[in-house]
Amino acid sequence: MTVVYAMSDLLVRFLIGGVIVSLFAILGDVLRPKSFAGLFGAAPSLALATMGLTIHHNGSAFAALEARSMILGAAAFFAYAVATSWVLRRYRPAAISATLMLMPIWFAVSFGLWAFIAWRS
Amino acid sequence: MTMVEINLSSLKKTKPHEYAIRFVFGGLCTALAGLIAKQFGPVVGGLFLAFPAIFPASGTLIESHEKKRKAEIGSNGTVRGRMAASVDAAGAALGCIGLMGFAAVLWRKLPDHNAYIVIAIATILWAILAFALWELRKRRLFRGSRRGRRSEVA
Repeated sequence: MTVVYAMSDLLVRFLIGGVIVSLFAILGDVLRPKSFAGLFGAAPSLALATMGLTIHHNGSAFAALEARSMILGAAAFFAYAVATSWVLRRYRPAAISATLMLMPIWFAVSFGLWAFIAWRS
Repeated sequence: MTMVEINLSSLKKTKPHEYAIRFVFGGLCTALAGLIAKQFGPVVGGLFLAFPAIFPASGTLIESHEKKRKAEIGSNGTVRGRMAASVDAAGAALGCIGLMGFAAVLWRKLPDHNAYIVIAIATILWAILAFALWELRKRRLFRGSRRGRRSEVA
């Protein structure tokens, strides 16, 4: 029963996440100039897709804790996006190479900030 | 004020499999964020709510569309495509600052207020912050600069 519930929860998250992320991506496709469209690459799509379900299942306090960590994730995304933009402009590699090769920046910054804050408190 | 345009014809340039890739990546990352929160708790799970889920796919798509656009007029758009992806990433960086504001509102206000109103206010704040930062960046960097205007990818 628990496994069935978990699977249906995952499926609902998958479908809602897919739809919301796609909608923001489509917004980014149709808007010009490109620097403005780029804003939608960092839209709160994952959070919007998942927050309602999280609050429903785990309560607002749990969701608030997730949101606190999301600030660190967003700071890491900022560092990753700035680095990607600079590398693409400076060295002009293929976009797929730059975006994938620099992905460890997101992990390093987000978990580094998380570890730093955990160590301080 | 810089004009923002809506170009619906660009929807036709995106192939069905490109829509599918973004749907699957978005869905997988959302499901994964939920699984991680369940397994490791909200503190670790929350980090993944700001995971750059479709950033690589979007950048690649922008590069390929720009290349195709240039190929149609007989030019090699490789460099132009990569510059367009760079401009898109710079825009995403500004969106990230809005994302921090979005998350801060949820963190501070969710425990004591109606969740759906808080989420709506946080989303509006994201949009205001992102747009204001973008407008500020345009004015500071490109004001009176012909080179800057030329380098902006339409």
